[in-house]
Amino acid sequence: MSNNSVRVASMKRKQTTGNIVAYIVLIVISIIWLTPFVCLVLQSFISRAEFMSTSEVYLIPKTWSLDNYAYLFSKDCNFVRWYINTLVIATFVSIIQTAIVLCVSYALSRMRFAGRTFLMKFWLILGMFPGFLTMICLYFILREMGLTQAGAVPGLILVGTASSGMGYYVCKGFFDTIPKALDEAARIDGASRARIFAIITLPMAKPIVIYTALVAFMAPWCDYVFASYVAFGYSKSYNVAVGLQNWVWTNDYQGFFTRFCAGGLLVAIPVTILFMALQKYYVEGVTGGAVKG
Amino acid sequence: MNGKKRKNSGGIGGFFRGIGTGCANIVKIFAEGDWMTKVSFLIMGFGCFVRKAWLRGIAFLAVEIAYITYMVTFGWKYLKDIGTLGVVESVKQRGGKIIYGDNSFFILLFGIVSIILTILFIVVWVINVHEQKNEEEILKKGKRMPYVSEDFATLLDKHFDKTLLTIPVLGVFIFTVVPIIFMICVAFTNYDKNHQSPANLFTWVGFENFAKLLNFGSGGFGSTFLSVLGWTLIWAFFATFLNYFLGMGVAILINKKGIKFKKMWRTILVLTIAVPQFVSLLYIYKMFTADGLVNSYLIAWGIIEKGNEIPFWTNPTLARIMIIVVNLWIGIPYLMLVATGILMNIPDDLYEAARIDGANSWQMFKSITLPYMLFVTGPYLLTSFTGNINNFNVIFLLTQGKPLSNSLAENAGRTDLLVTWLYKMTVQDTNYRMAAVLGILVFAVVAIISLVVYNMLPSVKDEEGFQ
Repeated sequence: MSNNSVRVASMKRKQTTGNIVAYIVLIVISIIWLTPFVCLVLQSFISRAEFMSTSEVYLIPKTWSLDNYAYLFSKDCNFVRWYINTLVIATFVSIIQTAIVLCVSYALSRMRFAGRTFLMKFWLILGMFPGFLTMICLYFILREMGLTQAGAVPGLILVGTASSGMGYYVCKGFFDTIPKALDEAARIDGASRARIFAIITLPMAKPIVIYTALVAFMAPWCDYVFASYVAFGYSKSYNVAVGLQNWVWTNDYQGFFTRFCAGGLLVAIPVTILFMALQKYYVEGVTGGAVKG
Repeated sequence: MNGKKRKNSGGIGGFFRGIGTGCANIVKIFAEGDWMTKVSFLIMGFGCFVRKAWLRGIAFLAVEIAYITYMVTFGWKYLKDIGTLGVVESVKQRGGKIIYGDNSFFILLFGIVSIILTILFIVVWVINVHEQKNEEEILKKGKRMPYVSEDFATLLDKHFDKTLLTIPVLGVFIFTVVPIIFMICVAFTNYDKNHQSPANLFTWVGFENFAKLLNFGSGGFGSTFLSVLGWTLIWAFFATFLNYFLGMGVAILINKKGIKFKKMWRTILVLTIAVPQFVSLLYIYKMFTADGLVNSYLIAWGIIEKGNEIPFWTNPTLARIMIIVVNLWIGIPYLMLVATGILMNIPDDLYEAARIDGANSWQMFKSITLPYMLFVTGPYLLTSFTGNINNFNVIFLLTQGKPLSNSLAENAGRTDLLVTWLYKMTVQDTNYRMAAVLGILVFAVVAIISLVVYNMLPSVKDEEGFQ
């Protein structure tokens, strides 16, 4: 009896020390993870004049200034335009891509037709080619259609959605888990495939619809490579990634770095809030995707 | 369109055998068919019209007319030059006006498109022939042809797959398949900065580009290719497995019994997924430059001297380590999410039983958690490895492949992956021929790794294997 309680007590002690260690590790991790974001926010309040006045780089602004934010919304800067461009691209890509992925997933999950396995294998192989290989060819196709430079926004929507059928894996995996018995029952009642898709499958697929839409929505915010190629030299067609990127690298934009911080923060805030709000669905999607491969 | 209609048969032998029997069938249909079927061999859909299946007739006829119009007005003038990719040079006249000759780019692109359309046309023609035979049989049995409305109705039911897949397949076809075929062809041409259409022509050169890439002498890219490939594989290895194990570790830590605020810890980590990478990675790049935050503070605190900054991005080895470390910052949260979901699926009684047997937590991890995780996420590890081979963003946003090196050809840097090198060749040097070759080799690397590893995965070998 007493022996046992000693053991329980020692286990408890062990667990407490274990937890303390765990807490310390977690706190250290959190600090590492948050540092860049905190620094970004702090530096965004250092005005360009202050940033240029000294060769030293520091975190805490000597005078807290909103100059960077004012500049972003001033007439000298196309930031608002870039923002709208990105928002438009992201919204359209998100809607169209989700629709396409749902269609493909349903067809591949529920229907058996000639060439089904061929199509899946063929797309799998296509996916092994590096995406940038086709960049130059796509650029010329878009140019012929008048969708570069001034027309870059619809061009980017087109390229962003055209091949999205190939990204059906996670969604199809989810559809596969919806019992087929439901479909069969509805078919016996005389429902057509299209009706089953709309009335039965779609409502049950809400988590995966949100996941697909969310991932599709977030991608254009990071699209630098193809966007910069298509919109090259035409500032009004830039998206935020292309526009802000220049401020970090190019020597023409001396001292624009803290403005980049301000712009980056304005981009990050809404995207982050959206992501956090829909995080539950994102987790469901990535976990399902990883398990089913 | 493509893909769906092709018959799936095993291997190349089966494919040709299929074509053989297909041809024999068509001859038989012609011999046995009535006059309407025979006319349909020339005028597609003719039989459908006579038999009053209007919709099908119109569809077949429209395909035929569209194809012929395309070839006569547009396709043929490119297709006929595909053997040479054009011979008429552009001429610069006095006064600076340029008279453009052949445009090799369009000859190649539309030549490919024409060939593909021709193949598709033949497929539709064969379907047309079979359709005539079916209709003949339906009428012979005394049944009536389906009405147009019934034809439409099947598109929402029996043939719903066609409705669903037409646009996605077309999209992939135009924006992925055609460009990939085009670029594969470019690998066999001399399309580079000296042969830019429309001002100059380019033409076929056979395997010259491949020879150059694998040539280890001077002027060849062989040693550079191996060096970049080596780093690509090292990077993919660390980026995959380091993230995997550390991410799993963090997940276990957060899920540990007695740890509070689980949601808060997760939210902090997940921030890196939520914030667009171009913001976070570019900021981190700047933090560690010679005149960045980190070096400035180290100088201010007297740890290092001015002019003696730590070369985070300019020392090749340090830059590589930095990339892998920063990638942990990006990747651990993602793996933490994945692992959390899977860990919760491990039945508790497994641990219970182990605890009764007196196992400690390390033993439980080693013999329950780890095998389960590896089994379940095997395919994921593979896709994430190949994904990392093509992971452009992290490298490009952090170093753009720098530091450059004189010993590497074609502007390759010490931290360049194959894909970032490919990107540089395309954008900076417009060396499309070599970029295309490199793209094909990246494909080969990814395909070989996928094929070999996939067949070794325990979850593929034995789907129900985990006990």
